[in-house]
Amino acid sequence: MLVGHQTWVFESKPVILGSSAIGGPFEAKGPLADDFDTLHGDLLLGQDSWEKAERTLFEEAADKAIEKAGLTKEKITFMLGGDLMNQTISANFAARTLGIPFLGLFGACSTAMEGLALAAQLVDSKAAEYALAVTGSHNAAAEKQYRYPTEYGSQKPPTAQWTVTGAGAAVVSASGKGPRITSATIGRIVDMGLSDPFNMGAAMAPAALSTIEAHFRDQRLDFSHYDLIVTGDLARVGHTILSELLPKHNVHIPLDRYKDCGMLIYGDNPNVWAGGSGCGCCATVTYGHLLNRMKEGKWRRMLVVATGALLSPISFQQGESIPCIAHAVSIENE
Amino acid sequence: MANEKKKMFTPTQLDYQAFAKQHEPPRPLLRNFTRAFLVGGFICVVGQALQEFFMRYFDFTEKTAGNPTTAVLIFCSVLLTGFGVYDRIAQWAGAGTAVPVTGFANSIASAAIEHRSEGYVLGVGGNIFKLAGSVIVFGVVSAFFIGIIKTVWKMGW
Repeated sequence: MLVGHQTWVFESKPVILGSSAIGGPFEAKGPLADDFDTLHGDLLLGQDSWEKAERTLFEEAADKAIEKAGLTKEKITFMLGGDLMNQTISANFAARTLGIPFLGLFGACSTAMEGLALAAQLVDSKAAEYALAVTGSHNAAAEKQYRYPTEYGSQKPPTAQWTVTGAGAAVVSASGKGPRITSATIGRIVDMGLSDPFNMGAAMAPAALSTIEAHFRDQRLDFSHYDLIVTGDLARVGHTILSELLPKHNVHIPLDRYKDCGMLIYGDNPNVWAGGSGCGCCATVTYGHLLNRMKEGKWRRMLVVATGALLSPISFQQGESIPCIAHAVSIENE
Repeated sequence: MANEKKKMFTPTQLDYQAFAKQHEPPRPLLRNFTRAFLVGGFICVVGQALQEFFMRYFDFTEKTAGNPTTAVLIFCSVLLTGFGVYDRIAQWAGAGTAVPVTGFANSIASAAIEHRSEGYVLGVGGNIFKLAGSVIVFGVVSAFFIGIIKTVWKMGW
């Protein structure tokens, strides 16, 4: 049900029946390693290209989430998914393997919550019995497409981010046991005219602000409503900026409850510069670490705000600025 | 150009751009320069040693020794690229590994490795000069013009 300008409130409170997080070798060395279902030691995952490796991550995430939900893939009504590759080949090719009726999405790194919000909406409106939302990214595949060949020696600035090799999936259903999705806010594109692809945290922070503002305004929520508000991949630079922007715009959420997936996934590792990014960042952290802690009772209510920078290598080379978007999904423990 | 670009933005956008700039951790320039100097210098010292070696133990003159020296440096750079080490050294060394001939070799080898999955013709062949291409184009074009200037200079003045 639409509430305010851009927020859906789900009356049936769809349940996340099962969720999964698959990671690569670098994620296995991070502080959240224990929250992944599968970790791969080989960056290629035994495949012969980065693109196939990303697709494999995607398929494994989908399979694992379905298995953990206690279902089989024939039971899934619709699959929603997207990734960072041109023509979203990872999602499309994985959907070919899985054979589930499929809707492809592209929201860059915001796809994780775009998919979850739509899955919840499909289930809530009884358009689907079980909806599967999957997203993933692969570090080398993203470097190859957006930047330089992976073995090319270029020095990155401290504002750069490390694309996560990983995929996450969630199965959403109208009934069952598990954390419940209560509402979602669909973001609008915000472009503040920044154009540095090595500083996406600063470009995306205003989009996150816009969506968080709208989420609280539309539902007239109290600022202390959530125990945790987490952004997708603003990393250290974007996190600092948003922490300052929020009070300036009269969004007085307690800042000690505000975290970022891009900072959580690699901890203080200086080799990832500002932190993690990519479709897999918000997806693996949310569907692994955050939901696990929620089930343990650490948080009762959380708001996940997945942020996406909607640039392409061509738009960047043509001197265009970076349009950004953020989608928020509110998850509560039953 | 800078002013032209500024006009495209609203005051709110400009405010935010200034605000974001303040929060941008600066590039550690002094550290980058020092490392580039040390690593770049080291590669050149190795090159010099190779040149001396070829002149002393083989029948090369100062002019011709440049060829085998460059070949050895390129070979080492390509080998390190293939083993996946060169990009890690480069993140540390910055321009130190990018400027010498080793950086040029790395740009070609890395592109060839990366696009191997798309086949030899369209992948390797089509992409091998993806990064080195502009170096070659602008190198050749500027050499052409300098060549003309030199010829005209010699003829007339």
